[in-house]
Amino acid sequence: MSENIKTVESATCTFCGCVCDDMDLTIDMDEKKITKAKNACILGKAWFFEHTIDHDRPKAMIDGKEVPVEDAIEEAAQTLTKAKFPITYGLSDTTCEAQKEAVAITDLIKGCIDTTTSVCHGPSGMAFQGVGESTMTLGEVKNRADLVIYWGGNPAESHPRHFGRYSVMPKGMFVPNGKKDRHIVMVDVRKTKSAGVCDQFIQPKPGKDFELLWALRALVKGKKVSKDIEKITGVSLQTIEELVDRMKNCRFGVLFFGMGLTMTRGRHFNSGALLSLASDLNEFTHFVAKPVRGHGNVTGADNVVSWQTGYPFGVNFSHGFPRFNPGEFTTVDVLSRGDADAAMIIASDPASNFPKAAIDHMHRIPIISLDTKQTVTSKLAHVAFATSTYGINTTGTVYRMDDVPITLRPAFESPFPSDQEILVGIRKRVHELVKEKRNIQSGASA
Amino acid sequence: MTNELRIANGKVYDPANNIDGEVRDICVKDGRIVDSVSDSATVINAHGNIVMPGGVDIHCHIAGPKVNLARKLQPEDHRLDPHPATEHTRSGTGGIVPSTFATGYRYATLGYTTAFDAAVPPLAARHVLEELHDTPVIDKGYYILLGNNIFLQNLIKEGRKEELTQAVAWWLHASKGYTCKLVNPGGDEPWKGRKNSNVKDIDEKSDEFEISPRTIIDTFIDVASELGLPHPPHVHCNNLGHSGNFETTIETMKTAGDRRVHIAHIQFNSYAGEVGKNPLSAGREIIEYINDHPNISCDVGQVMFGKSTIMTADAPLAYMLKGYTHAKWVNVDTECESGCGIAPFNYQENIYTHALQWAIGLEIFLLSKDPWRVVLSTDHPNGGSFMSYPKLIKLLMDKSFRDEEMKRVNQKAMAKTFLGELDREYTLSEIAIITRAGPAKCLGLKNKGHLGIGADADITIYDEQDDKELMFNAPRYVIKSGHAVIADYEFTTDFYGKTLHSTQEYDPAIEDIIRPFFDDYYSIRFDNYAVSDAYLHDHEFIPAQKS
Repeated sequence: MSENIKTVESATCTFCGCVCDDMDLTIDMDEKKITKAKNACILGKAWFFEHTIDHDRPKAMIDGKEVPVEDAIEEAAQTLTKAKFPITYGLSDTTCEAQKEAVAITDLIKGCIDTTTSVCHGPSGMAFQGVGESTMTLGEVKNRADLVIYWGGNPAESHPRHFGRYSVMPKGMFVPNGKKDRHIVMVDVRKTKSAGVCDQFIQPKPGKDFELLWALRALVKGKKVSKDIEKITGVSLQTIEELVDRMKNCRFGVLFFGMGLTMTRGRHFNSGALLSLASDLNEFTHFVAKPVRGHGNVTGADNVVSWQTGYPFGVNFSHGFPRFNPGEFTTVDVLSRGDADAAMIIASDPASNFPKAAIDHMHRIPIISLDTKQTVTSKLAHVAFATSTYGINTTGTVYRMDDVPITLRPAFESPFPSDQEILVGIRKRVHELVKEKRNIQSGASA
Repeated sequence: MTNELRIANGKVYDPANNIDGEVRDICVKDGRIVDSVSDSATVINAHGNIVMPGGVDIHCHIAGPKVNLARKLQPEDHRLDPHPATEHTRSGTGGIVPSTFATGYRYATLGYTTAFDAAVPPLAARHVLEELHDTPVIDKGYYILLGNNIFLQNLIKEGRKEELTQAVAWWLHASKGYTCKLVNPGGDEPWKGRKNSNVKDIDEKSDEFEISPRTIIDTFIDVASELGLPHPPHVHCNNLGHSGNFETTIETMKTAGDRRVHIAHIQFNSYAGEVGKNPLSAGREIIEYINDHPNISCDVGQVMFGKSTIMTADAPLAYMLKGYTHAKWVNVDTECESGCGIAPFNYQENIYTHALQWAIGLEIFLLSKDPWRVVLSTDHPNGGSFMSYPKLIKLLMDKSFRDEEMKRVNQKAMAKTFLGELDREYTLSEIAIITRAGPAKCLGLKNKGHLGIGADADITIYDEQDDKELMFNAPRYVIKSGHAVIADYEFTTDFYGKTLHSTQEYDPAIEDIIRPFFDDYYSIRFDNYAVSDAYLHDHEFIPAQKS
């Protein structure tokens, strides 16, 4: 280790949706390596410690050959402008500043913009549009919640500090004894590591979340539920009644839910049932719900796309204004149908996890990729940019899962440009090309 | 290179400078009004046109988490009102809560060049600034919610006035806010607590903090005066929306004594009748008090029929309305700072209460003796969209139009008001006051709302038309900071306005007192809370105005 050590206090970890902002980082500036990350969880430590600069990686490539960044920007802009149905996808692991540029480009090229929301909590977003949501910032859970229910997720492994920092362990204003003042319930089809932390574990049959939630809603509303509910859901009526009793009599209750609810059979109906349950309970006490969101800034992507277009994801500009239709304008659907004729993929790797039909189409069309590491997607890209990592190398704004925006405190500089810098370059060039195209068209028609 | 412009021969309405329809030239150089320009200046022939300062909206909800949630909540509303891109401008969606770009452009198409978002939890200030950056053309600022701030309530409870003043200054500095906003002061704790209840009287003390709304209001009026904030505390009174609430409103205004205070969307606080029953109008009682007390200013919060969205930091109010609509509802509790409620709503002509609310707003306007202190708002989008301002202006300027509209609404409600007896018709000069000069004066914006030398060159040029709704709906020119953003009814360029803020100096020692509270009760670190200047982009600091 060198003598050239720098420390950054109150830095933010952008790995998961917790976006914890209490990292005290120690950085070896000669080695360009983070050597200590106080307060980081196991995932955060991996995020910080394994971040190295790969000097051998070209900043930009066209068809696998290294090119100057300017040439790659030109090619990307040309490709996107020529396309009839371009799509922009990803955006969760980058800053809001970069996300704004991505929407601007997509508006100019009249393409589709979609984020990884469409394959994670998209159904929760659609449920929100149907029934609303009673929710909170995470500090309210820390200060007030005496009943915490997790549904369809495994935060101990996916969001390791969720329990410790926000929901189970912390002492708060009205729960001064922390966990002792709280009752923790886990509802999941699998008994995961998270169940060990809880006071109560409820294990419904797979695919029966909706039925269980609907039974809870019925009982909250004072309706009768048949004993057959146990056969359907795998949970006894007595357990359900006791849970309802606990929910109605807590002081501040919270329902956290994960992709075990949103991406199983029922999708947005499941999320809608849960959000409705939390809303219903406000007739008796104060109750809130919150999706436990994943990637660092997926919540920021939702926010940016919403304020710029009015819709949270799956937005199409082909008519010259934003239109929203999940299932039609969401990326898996657009690619699987073979509609897109170019794609710009930012900070995500769909080629490694999308359905086969979608990946097959990615091989048929020019892909522009921006990513900090080499991925399956960047390998098949026509134009591939290597970019710096948000939160470690670049500053910017990131939204925590509860919509609280935080400014990043980078640890050390990267030789690679940020997503935002590349996207600003592409946007400016696309703007010129669109203008030229418009002038040629109007000239031709004259 | 200088940018010079002469607006020639327009009929100028500039009430701040006592100009009432006089035909004259207005000269602009480098974004400001000047007394003369060179012969090489661009000339706009405004013969036959009305020239006014750009509109100033003192109270609307256009940016931040609650606005964005309301956008996401209503895809069905956007679908009906697309906002296509042009060669110069970005696309977006309209409806009752437009996307950011559509918001800025649509304000411009009404001749408005400045708007203030009225309710921002400081924890979300960073988000608000990001959205405002994407809200083109207009200058913008926001008021920060401090009336339910737990740290500050503890200081009030303990009588630590000096520290409270410093803490408010710190919060304004940290969040880049313009002034303090008090919404249902003292009501959040009971709402978030076990009973989901509310404070129901201005002198009711909360169980937790043992202070009453009156104490909170009184204290903040003093603090704002001490700091010389350009705009006094902007108060959303307790009991808003409830029958019989006018007494709370009068008590709130009495609390101020002869100190300055601004009552927000006062129409919603002007109801007689018994709690839980149909309201009656107390518009006359309220406006008479205001007429007699020059220290009070207000915006009306006019209800306009059609779609609205209830969007308020008064979370228990939104929950109450959910009980009427049985539709989707959003609640968001912001740690240590605020509550928030959102509910789509629709004001209907045939419903007694809605028609009464519409009439009460108009009564307040028409009985106002000092238009400088009773200014125009619909509390967008709560009482209706800002896009309905031209129709509201026509209602105020045209008695026969008002009479026709009155025939279309619930007649039982009309029978309980004296709106039909009011013959007043606002003049163009008075409209210029309630939409420009008045709000600018209330806000302490010395360079806005007028066309005197040194003012910001925010100018609107309308065709003179008999139908004032048509006239105010489509200005021929909108000039923002000297740039003709709209020329001959079309956008000619894109333009991004600036952020207006009153960031305060404070004694750094207060940070040592606030920091431990953050460590204990906030979920983000104290050092990550204050918003850096980088988020301000173009901005203007509005200095303290100590009397």
